[in-house]
This record gives sequence, structure tokens and C-alpha cells, in this order.
Amino acid sequence: MAVEKLFKDEATEEKGERARMASFIGAMAIADLVKTTLGPKGMDKILQSTGRGRSVTVTNDGATILKSLHIDNPAAKVLVDISKVQDDEVGDGTTSVVVLAGELLREAEKLVNAKIHPMTIISGYRVAAECARNALLEKVVDNKQDAEKFKSDLMKIAMTTLSSKILSQDKEHFAKLAVDAVMRLKGSTNLEAIQIIKKPGGSLKDSFLDEGFILDKKIGIGQPKRIENAKILVANTAMDTDKVKIYGARVRVDSMSKVAEIEGAEKEKMREKVQKIIAHGINCFVNRQLIYNFPEELFADAGVLAIEHADFDGIERLALVTGGEIASTFDNPESVKLGQCKLIEEIMIGEDKLIHFSGCEMGQACTIVLRGASSHVLDEAERSLHDALCVLSQTVNDSRVLFGGGWPEMVMAKAVDELARKTPGKKSHAIEAFSRALLAIPTIIADNAGLDSAELVSQLRAEHHEEGSAAGIDVISGSVGDMAELGISEAFKVKQAVLLSATEAAEMILRVDEIITCAPRRREDRM
Amino acid sequence: MALAFDEFGRPFIIIKEQESKTRLRGLDAQKANIAAGKAVARILRTSLGPKGMDKMLQSPDGDITITNDGATILEQMDVDNQIAKLMVELSRSQDYEIGDGTTGVVVMAGALLEQAERLLERGIHPIRIAEGYEMASRIAYEHLERIAQKFEFDATNTEPLIQTCMTTLSSKIVNRCKRSLAEIAVKAVLAVADLERRDVNLDLIKVEGKVGGKLEDTELIYGIIVDKDMSHPQMPKEIQDAKIAILTCPFEPPKPKTKHKVDIDTVEKFQTLRQQEQKYFDDMVQKCKDVGATLVICQWGFDDEANHLLMHRNLPAVRWVGGVELELIAIATGGRIVPRFQELTPEKLGRAGLVREKAFGTTKDRMIYIEHCANSRAVTIFIRGGNKMMIEETKRSIHDALCVARNLIRNNSIVYGGGAAEISCSIAVEAAADKYPGVEQYAIRAFADALDSVPMALAENSGLQPIETLSAVKSQQIKENNPWCGIDCNDVGTNDMREQNVFETLIGKQQQMLLATQVVKMILKIDDVISPSDY
Repeated sequence: MAVEKLFKDEATEEKGERARMASFIGAMAIADLVKTTLGPKGMDKILQSTGRGRSVTVTNDGATILKSLHIDNPAAKVLVDISKVQDDEVGDGTTSVVVLAGELLREAEKLVNAKIHPMTIISGYRVAAECARNALLEKVVDNKQDAEKFKSDLMKIAMTTLSSKILSQDKEHFAKLAVDAVMRLKGSTNLEAIQIIKKPGGSLKDSFLDEGFILDKKIGIGQPKRIENAKILVANTAMDTDKVKIYGARVRVDSMSKVAEIEGAEKEKMREKVQKIIAHGINCFVNRQLIYNFPEELFADAGVLAIEHADFDGIERLALVTGGEIASTFDNPESVKLGQCKLIEEIMIGEDKLIHFSGCEMGQACTIVLRGASSHVLDEAERSLHDALCVLSQTVNDSRVLFGGGWPEMVMAKAVDELARKTPGKKSHAIEAFSRALLAIPTIIADNAGLDSAELVSQLRAEHHEEGSAAGIDVISGSVGDMAELGISEAFKVKQAVLLSATEAAEMILRVDEIITCAPRRREDRM
Repeated sequence: MALAFDEFGRPFIIIKEQESKTRLRGLDAQKANIAAGKAVARILRTSLGPKGMDKMLQSPDGDITITNDGATILEQMDVDNQIAKLMVELSRSQDYEIGDGTTGVVVMAGALLEQAERLLERGIHPIRIAEGYEMASRIAYEHLERIAQKFEFDATNTEPLIQTCMTTLSSKIVNRCKRSLAEIAVKAVLAVADLERRDVNLDLIKVEGKVGGKLEDTELIYGIIVDKDMSHPQMPKEIQDAKIAILTCPFEPPKPKTKHKVDIDTVEKFQTLRQQEQKYFDDMVQKCKDVGATLVICQWGFDDEANHLLMHRNLPAVRWVGGVELELIAIATGGRIVPRFQELTPEKLGRAGLVREKAFGTTKDRMIYIEHCANSRAVTIFIRGGNKMMIEETKRSIHDALCVARNLIRNNSIVYGGGAAEISCSIAVEAAADKYPGVEQYAIRAFADALDSVPMALAENSGLQPIETLSAVKSQQIKENNPWCGIDCNDVGTNDMREQNVFETLIGKQQQMLLATQVVKMILKIDDVISPSDY
């Protein structure tokens, strides 16, 4: 008997094999898409937005690429999501996680075709992931105690992270920048304290780390351009008309003279406010909101440097750097904590004038000024640097370090392989498949660098047969190299997150045996 | 469509726009309805049991849900068919009433419908089938009570509770750490349970999720987590022995509800108004300070000036806290929600041992933990996981586990899972059937067959030979006269569900049978479907 129509008109339903195939294909397509960006010789992608202006982004960052794609396949969406989470959580490894999940599914597909039930595959994957994680845990190096060594670890990690990005030319320079910046944070993961300013012009090499704080603002006209031993009041207050906030208040006058009077009173009010602010004994005033001409003039008269319209992050950072507090009322000057710094001056970077605060009380915050040929280069440089900073700040907290260059994958693959041999039953096929999927990562790195991957990976495997080998792929020379000597390191936290979330995602997708797509919501404005 | 004609050959019009409606009558209607019901059941059938598969659902807006929970699948499926909607309702009412077994109830109803179809073909009147089902369900209901076992637990011995929750969780994707999640669920329920009255208010358990980390990091917090941060970036991030003022009034100038105007027409008025305003803010902060509060939690926003004053007076504050969360905080800290500043008194403050702000990951996500509360009756389960869908699914699974634990506290009778209860009922119903003289006998026997379909689906999903396994288990039950033989889904090697520790709640099972029977009865009684035809 014909089954009555169950769903709405445009809804689709896919069952069993078809559903599984749809999700495998979707996931693998996404993995293949970002695959070529993996590794130091990975390629970039150009993304063109559909919005107005068709703005173009050139990037190598997996999360950025996937974020900008509009995807319809539900399984692919899962992969995009894990990449995003990886970005939020550890900042780097956004491509690896997708590629690994894709490879796991590719292997799973083969197993499913060989009539192994998805649930068996899942339980095999779980055992394998646990085993791989333990293998890594055994091999981690923790140099937290030794400050000197730890710093060199950080340096290596930064260089490894940056080597796959556009900054690889000057990776040493930038690695040093990033490590310095992160060390200043003293263990906090609050990356807001590191400000990145992008100024087109010059070359990437001209980028520098500034110990102080740079505010991308101009100094008001007629105010001092240079202040020594500055006392700074950071504020968030209206400096325009200072509206009466009591609800329903309005001004009603009956003659022109009254208007003038009110205006006078208003001016008087503002003058009072400015007087109060100046009474704090400051010589620099930074406000989040606009400062109108009139108060600005008053400040200029008093020889106070007034900076308007610093954005919210800027204010918070400035408060952090100078050790002041953000003030909104000014009635009791004695208890407001003022920020201090040795010198405020206007500096020029390229064509632009910026305000530079140096010799600040709190050394936590700093500014990295990026220079580069075009805004696209700068954007990509910022993303790369952000990745490096994220990884470093996470490493400061969890200081366990591994070698890079496909070394962790080889170690995991070896351990998983051994496990597969010991495990009886169908599960062992899945465990073996897991190890194959892990091996795919060094293969892709080698392939992307134009090397003979089959040759290299088999060499690597032979090397890793010995206990305690540090062999990995040296992409620069195109051979197997000693990762300890080459100084290629990665953070344990990143690798662990890649491993766990890739397995989790693969598991989720494998469990699905039916996809029901609801009818898309109708847009109100029919095109 | 059949029409009646009068003596001149003109059709009688009974229903408005009769021509444009499609109409199914009699046996056709019943068969169409049964087919629709069966189709829904078939979708859910593969999700049953520990080896059940998940479904991926794409919502009209393109969001993805991956789930194993029957109620959620049906809810998101957005069905169009009327009978299918009934099935959705069925699963939902099981969800509201019991919280678990939402898939089982639909599969059960589907099986009953399938059996009914056969009886209809043999010419048995639908009402007789319905009545037979009713009788059979009563037999099964009573039989369940007979085979149910009470088990004792108290605040110190929670093992049986944990085992039952683990049975529930084992069918979900989170079964990787079902032990720890089950423990969390049981602890949470016990924390808020009133063991005297055997009542649990699940509203006191808040389930909060955040992407990142791994599932193992999921934790139970004896307190409240609020997804907010301190209103001023420089406020202290940690407060010991906090006294919390819980406010529902904004730190803003008053906005009387009646329309009014304040006219400013002289300079003096302008100035006094300004002073008033400043005094107003000052007063508000001072009032909070006066009663001894060390933390302000507010449902509304703050004015910039008020915010600074708060920070200036060293009074940390959290703004834009949702109403539900506010209530939970009030319960947990033993404070009172204060709607006006004038009504603040020291007694109305809530107390918490520790309030801290915690940052996650590399983005600026922060959350506020309120812990060591005066009254630890409100708890939070904080879920971490690799991606959004995982968190959502974990939330649903935890919800199911919480419901199960609650049901056990209400009524500590259990039956054995893995299809054991269904098989036992099936045997009992089958045996009882022969005693009924009427046509109902057939319906009762059909009910027994339908009961078999749940263990059958379990066996099928676990990759076992369904008929073979079922008959083996059934004969074992009859031979040894023990109602705890079930399907060995996890391939442990024993059919004894007592050994495998697979339990389900008695009320959950009973409810499943009653609800499924009711819906099937309703569907069977329909003999005419009138629907507007497509145009």
C-alpha cells in the first residue's frame, strides 16, 4: 500500500546506505578542500565574499576558509563546526582536525563497504583514540621548570606554527615577537592585552613589538604633542551635551533669551565637568565617547591632552596597561586611580600618526605593529600571528610539548597499530584503519611539498620502529630528519584537541543512518 | 468521492466546498492511517537500544541536529501528515511524563498498528480490536507490577540509581563516559531531591553547555553558572563569602509607567534636575552598600555612571542576568529577589562561599561561577564537548538520565531492560488471551505479538538474528520462569539482565504501554478522513 505523504513538500529523507554515503561524501569533500593548505608548503585559498564589494581574503587558515563557506551538506557542517571550536579553544590545528576527521571517515567508508557495522567501527575508533592519546602522553616533554629551555620550546612552537603561514619568510622574527608578547602576559590567556595594529606599507620585516601601548588616534589640535610623566584618566562618559537622563524631561522655553540662558547653563555644566576632570591632576584624558569641540578647547586651554573615541577594547587595554581605572563620574578625585606612564608622544608609522604610551606601570600589555605590502597580506599576517599567540598562550599554561613534522602522527600510528595486532575480533580492522588515517597526515604534508610521500612515509615508519626516534619529515630538505635537531615542536594541547575532536566528529557522523532535511523556510520577500 | 443525489440528480452539498476536499472512508481510511503511523515508527525503529543509530536532522534554517532521542527526532521532523502528528504527540507526552523511553513508545505503537492491520483484513471490527488492546494493556500493566522489583537506595548507596541511569545513557552517543555522566546525574538529582516527600524538582538543575574541551571534563557544580561577566572589566574576579543582592530594578533613573513630562524652562530647574540625577545614582549604590552586599546581580542594565560608581565603591556587579537564572540564584543562595532599592534589607541578601569569573579558550568567553551556596539545593551540570551538536545531544541525554533518576526516587520499582519486560508481558498476555471468549481474543493475542517487536528491534539493531534470538530468550523465560531474560545487545555473553545491570523504571514501562495503546485506539476509531485537497 502506498504510504501517505509524511513530510512537507520540499523535505527530503535519506535512509541507510544512502544517508551514510551522503555524509561520507560531504565530509570528505570538505577535508579535501582544505587538505592542500596543510603543512609548511601548503597552498593558500582566495575567498571572495558574496557581500557588497566582493571583498577578497587570501588565507591559509582552515577555520577562516571553512567559516566563509556556505555549506548545505549536514555532515560537512559538523566538520566546519569542529574546526571553529578548535579555533576558539586552542587557536591552531584547525586544518589538521578537519583533515583527520575526513581521513577517519574515508577509512570508515571502506570498512562499511566491507560489511562491518558502523557501531563496531566506532568502538574500534574509540579504543584507538584512547591508545593514541596515551602514546602521546608517554612521549611528551615538559620543560616548565627550566625557564631557559621552556622559552626555547616556545620559540620552536611559534616557528613551527608560523612556518605554514604567510609569515614563514620571517618566521624567526615573528616567532620572537610572539614569544615576547606572550611571556609578558605572565600566564594569563587573555590575548586582549596584546594589541595588533596593521599599517599597510613597508615590508613584513618592519613589523615590531612595542613594549608600550599604541593607540590609533590623533591628538586634538592645539594640545601638547608630547607629555612626560603623564597622569592619565581613562573615562567612559558623555562629553557632548550630557543629556538629562531622567525620563520624560524636556526643555520648554517661551522666549529667545531663555534659550540663551539654558545654553549658558549647559555650557556651564560642561565647564564644571571639565574642571572636575582637570582637578584630578591629570595631563591626559582618554574618553571612549566623543569629545565635542567645546570641552576639547577647555582641555587644550588647561594643557591637558584629550583623546576622544577610543574604542571599547582600546579603553580596556589602556586601563590595563597604565593601571588606571575606567571612570564615569568625577566627584571624588582622591579615590580615582589614575593611570601613569613615562611618556606620551605622537609617532609616525608610515603615513599615519599614532599616539604612543611608553614606560607604563603594568608591563602586561604590549602592541605588535604589523607592516606589509597590502591589506590582504596584513590580514593574513594577523591571522597567522593570532594562531601563534593562541598556541603559545595555551602552551604557557599546559607546557607539555611534542615534536612536529608528522612525528606525533607516526608515534600514534605505531602504538595504534600494535594495539590492532593484539585486539581480537572485527574491532581490530577499525583500529587498523585509525592508524592508516593518522598516517595520512604526514602523507599529505609531504604531498603538498611536492615530495614523494610514499617513499618518505615508509622511511619514517622504518625509523620509528626503533624506540625513542625523533624522526619526522623535513620539508625544507625533502627528506627524513631529526626533529629534535631541526627544532620543530608542537604543543601537546593542540594535538590532543585535534585527535579527540576529530574522533568525536567521525563518531557522530558514523552513527547517523538517516538524514531528514526539513523544507527550507520560505523567505518573506520572494525573489 | 461518494455523493448523495436527490430525485432530480442534483448532488447534496454537505461539506463546504465539498468538491475540493479529498475524503477517505471506512477501511481505506484506517489503512491509510495505519500506514502513516507505521512509517513514523519505522524511522525510529533503528534508533532503539544501545546499538541504535542516530538521525541527522536539518532544520528549515539549515541548523543540524544529530540525535538518538525519539522525542527530539519527531519534534524536528516537521511532519505534515495528521496521523504522524499524533505519533509525535505520543512521543512528546512520554517525554513530558517520564522523560525516557520516547523511542520505545513509538515503536510499540507502530507494532500495534501493524497487528491491527492484519486483524482488519480478517474482517474484525476496529472497535473490537481497540477493546481487545485495552484489555491486553491492562493485563500487561498488572503483569509489570508483578514482575517489578523494589530496590533500596539511600543517599549513601546510590549504586542502583547509577546503574539505571547508565542503561538510559548507553543508547546515546555519550556512552563513552556513561559511568561518569550517570554519577553526575544521580548526584545532581539527589542534591535537589526531597527524599521525605519523594519529590524532585528538576527545575533546580540547570544544564549549561560550552563547546571546547572534552566530554570527560563535564562536571557537576554545587551552585550556579551564569554565562555573563562582571559589568566593569576592572571589578574583582573572585569574591569570597559573597553577600548577594538580587535585583530586578535597573541602575538607571526611574521610568514611571504613567506618562509624564518634566519641563525645563529656567536655568535653576536645569541645574536642580542635574543634581537630582547624580544623587539618584549615588543613592542606589549607597543602598546596596548599606545593607552589606558585596555583589550585585541585576536583571537589567546599568548606566555608565552607575557602573562606574559601583566599581568605585568596590561593589562588583553582574548585569543582564535572565529571569530563570535569577530565580535559581535566589534559591541557591537563599536570597530574595528585590524589585526596588527601597526594599533592600540585610536579610534579603543571598550568601555564597565563592563567586568567581572563569575564562575559557582563546576567545573572551567568560562565565561566573557561584559556589558554596547557603542552600545547595540548586545545582548546575556543566557540559563540555567537541562541537555544538555534541553538547546539544549530551544535554538531551543528561535530561533523560535526570528524569530516570527522578522517577526512581518517586517510585523505586524497576523492571529489567533489554526487552526482558516486554517478553515477559508478551508471555503473560498470550496466556491470558485464551481465557477471553469473544473476538477480543484475537486482538489480545495480536497485542502479545506486538510486544515482541521491541526486543525484536533491539536484536536487529545489535546485529543479531532477530527471530532466532527472540525465540531463544522467550523459551528460556518460560522454561526457567524468570522475567529477567533479555536480549544481549552488548554481546556480553549472558541473557540475564540482572547480571548485566540493565534496568528500566516501572512507571516508564507502564506509561509506554498505556500511551501506545491509547493512541492506537484513537487511530483505529477514525473511519473518515476529510482533508482539503491540494490546489
